[in-house]
Amino acid sequence: MKFKYSFLLAIMLAFVLVLAACGDDDDVASDPEDSDPDDSTEQESDDETDDEPEVSDDDEVLIYARGGDSESLDYASTTDGESSRVTKQIYESLLDFEDESFDLKPGLAHDWDVSDDGLVYTFYLEEDVTFHDGTDFNADAVKTNFERWSGADDTYSFEDDGYVYSMYGTMFGGFDGDDGHVIDEINVINDHEIEFVLSEPLGFFLQNMAMSYFAITSPAALEEYGPEINENPVGTGPFEFVSWDRDDQIVLEKFDDYRVEGLPKLDGVIFEVIPDNSSRLISLNSGEVHIMDGLNPDDAAGVDAAEETVLYKRAANNFGYLGFQHEKEPLDDVLVRQAINHSIDRQAIADALYAGYAIPAANPVPPGYLGYNDDLEPYEFDLDRAAELLEEAGYADGFEIDLWTMPVARPYMPSPETVAEIVQNDLAQIGIEANIHREEWAPYLEKTDAGEHELFMLGWSGTNGDPDYFLGALLHSSNIGSSNASYYSNEEVDELLDQAKRAVEPEERAELYAQAQEIIYEESAMIPLVHSEPVLASLSNVQNYVPHPSTSESLAEVELQ
Amino acid sequence: MLAYTTRRLLIMIPVLFGMTLIVFSIVHLIPGDPARVILGETATEQAIADLRESMGINRPYFVQYGIYLADLAQGDLGTSLRTNKSITSEIGPRIAATFELTIFAMIFAIIIGINAGIISAWRQNSWFDFSAMIFALVGVSMPVFWLALMEQWIFAQELGWLPSSGRQSSLDPIEPITYFFVLDSILHMDFERTISVLKHLILPSVALGTIPMAIIARMTRSTMLEVMKSDYIRTVRAKGSGQFLVIYKHALRNAMIPVLTVIGLQTGVLLGGAILTETIFSWPGIGRYVYEGINYRDYPVIQSGILVIAFIFVIINLIVDLLYAYIDPRVKY
Repeated sequence: MKFKYSFLLAIMLAFVLVLAACGDDDDVASDPEDSDPDDSTEQESDDETDDEPEVSDDDEVLIYARGGDSESLDYASTTDGESSRVTKQIYESLLDFEDESFDLKPGLAHDWDVSDDGLVYTFYLEEDVTFHDGTDFNADAVKTNFERWSGADDTYSFEDDGYVYSMYGTMFGGFDGDDGHVIDEINVINDHEIEFVLSEPLGFFLQNMAMSYFAITSPAALEEYGPEINENPVGTGPFEFVSWDRDDQIVLEKFDDYRVEGLPKLDGVIFEVIPDNSSRLISLNSGEVHIMDGLNPDDAAGVDAAEETVLYKRAANNFGYLGFQHEKEPLDDVLVRQAINHSIDRQAIADALYAGYAIPAANPVPPGYLGYNDDLEPYEFDLDRAAELLEEAGYADGFEIDLWTMPVARPYMPSPETVAEIVQNDLAQIGIEANIHREEWAPYLEKTDAGEHELFMLGWSGTNGDPDYFLGALLHSSNIGSSNASYYSNEEVDELLDQAKRAVEPEERAELYAQAQEIIYEESAMIPLVHSEPVLASLSNVQNYVPHPSTSESLAEVELQ
Repeated sequence: MLAYTTRRLLIMIPVLFGMTLIVFSIVHLIPGDPARVILGETATEQAIADLRESMGINRPYFVQYGIYLADLAQGDLGTSLRTNKSITSEIGPRIAATFELTIFAMIFAIIIGINAGIISAWRQNSWFDFSAMIFALVGVSMPVFWLALMEQWIFAQELGWLPSSGRQSSLDPIEPITYFFVLDSILHMDFERTISVLKHLILPSVALGTIPMAIIARMTRSTMLEVMKSDYIRTVRAKGSGQFLVIYKHALRNAMIPVLTVIGLQTGVLLGGAILTETIFSWPGIGRYVYEGINYRDYPVIQSGILVIAFIFVIINLIVDLLYAYIDPRVKY
């Protein structure tokens, strides 16, 4: 018995030694499949020629590493960015966004018309487009998809399986039968022409049509997979779905019959989950992955300096703000709000938290959005002016106030506690004593909805690239009690926002939103702090990769060198 | 022995029952509406209401618990809110991944730990003893995430010898049979993949095995020292047995019992608590599963994940207890 034990030990030891030896040998001498990416950084040029994996001879497969897995591959029933990042490759919408902005370009519809009253939208669809399952894309397919999202009774709504299309409800004012629901009728004119009749004009209707949340799924696949459609996506996009291992990887391969000749350039894409930011960077540096999202801003300088890696910035699509509960004294006084606005050092926040990868914000809309008011500059950091205003308001000795601090990090606010301390410090200099108030995340949101707060921190991230999604949600009085946590109510602003929401002409809308921003700015309705610009990195052999502000970019043009 | 085993198995029932109640309560006592947390700040009221409905959290607390228990009794661990799939089917591959990692980590820990402990005891106060014990102290104190990142940095990034994360090469995945990838690749007679999988196992196993290794080494050393002083060892020596035989044949068996307890406990800990290692090495095991569940407030996953971990822990303890009798015939139940 005793011999058995020591013998077993010896065997195990020997096994481990052999293993270690054979692992090392192999890596140095020849070409197992996984040492292939390893080599690409170290010996960039000759690894292509002498180190070819046996499975995929000339296949160019890009590995995209990210922090979390997709929730579902049914884009319409989730609001998760990690999901649309993947579905963007598999599916297409009627319209599409330009590479680096939310400007519109054709998608599955090559052209479109809007009636003068803004109530009828006609889309002219691409012909000879097939879904990955071989069925034809046509106007009926579009109608089927929209009916699926709008009607709970629809065959494909899968309501009993827990499918909820919240983005549809948000963007189109509710569902079939709801008062605010704007899509009245969908008429198929012929195979390649479809008409949407609205109950009232919706200025951002076209923006919505470009969102990856409203892409088109093959009706045949809806029939075939039913509620399992979230794991069996079938679209018209450049890549088709192969497999999904939860919390590990999603594998896509090139769709050979893609409607655009010569695209995609890659033979496949693998979305890999590596939860830890530092580990993900190591995987990139060791050449195991090609692109990584979610780089720590502090690591950006190193990535930029290294020859093997390239640094990217995503255009800002969010902002973090310091808000006022306008119904509470003394925050109802415009002078006090302006004083506080002048006392906040935005640049210090951008530097401390984002390693400089953030823009001090002037408006509650990201720059580059339609109607963004370029004339306005962030309130100058000027403590003397702040003290003056405070004195004018009758608070020369300052006052005490609660500063509600978010308990969770968000992209627009990676370290709320630090921001709170900077703000607290700034306010102390003009005699305002801010007490940091903490809540769990859900109660935080519920209580700010209910108006229990005073000074508070929150933020907002864009989806359809339309200013209404920011200004309307955050500052229209009809949203008090939900997204308008500022309890801000200004008839003039409401009127401008209403007009802009109904207007169809982009120029007209831009003008209205610019006016609204001016009032909001003058009134110091809220203090936009910064727009963060998330950083990401790739190996230097990745070509044509352009990060989109929505976080979902098509990889059709990307290639490996 | 049989009676003992039965008794131990029966005790598990109230333990597990208590676990369900505690886990269920903790998860539901977190303040706030989970639907709100999941949807975040940009959610509309309608969306929140819809999600509450589909999650079933608008029902009273005890009704939810009752439904949960009833399902559990039928072997149904519930449905994940995040993926909308049966947890029973999702958790299997996760357990396999964690078991595989744990097995390799424990092999590493046991081989190095026990032998280091034995040699330290044998050559007490030698330079080996001192350096091994200092190393063990460092091993116990070292934060796992730091060790893991250092390993990745040195062996993946700088030297390029080993892959930094994952279970296998993502370009060339194995078709799973048992979800134990080492075994699967052998069953496929695909030994190149076996090597690839083993290489993926090295860094996480070492990171995960370091703390148990250090604990085992220290425990082995101290119990060996005690046993070596006992009378029967003196007698064995007097008979003229060689030093190697004295230690490995006579002393080790008696010294093993406390060590075995430690090994059992540590195995249990690794099986359930490898969250950090699994996260840093992107290992799709059960620790990660629960971690992702917590991130998403996926109640059923948190509940069932913890329950499964507790179950494994209890089973491992049972096995350890039964092993005592095997190793030391003096132990009777």
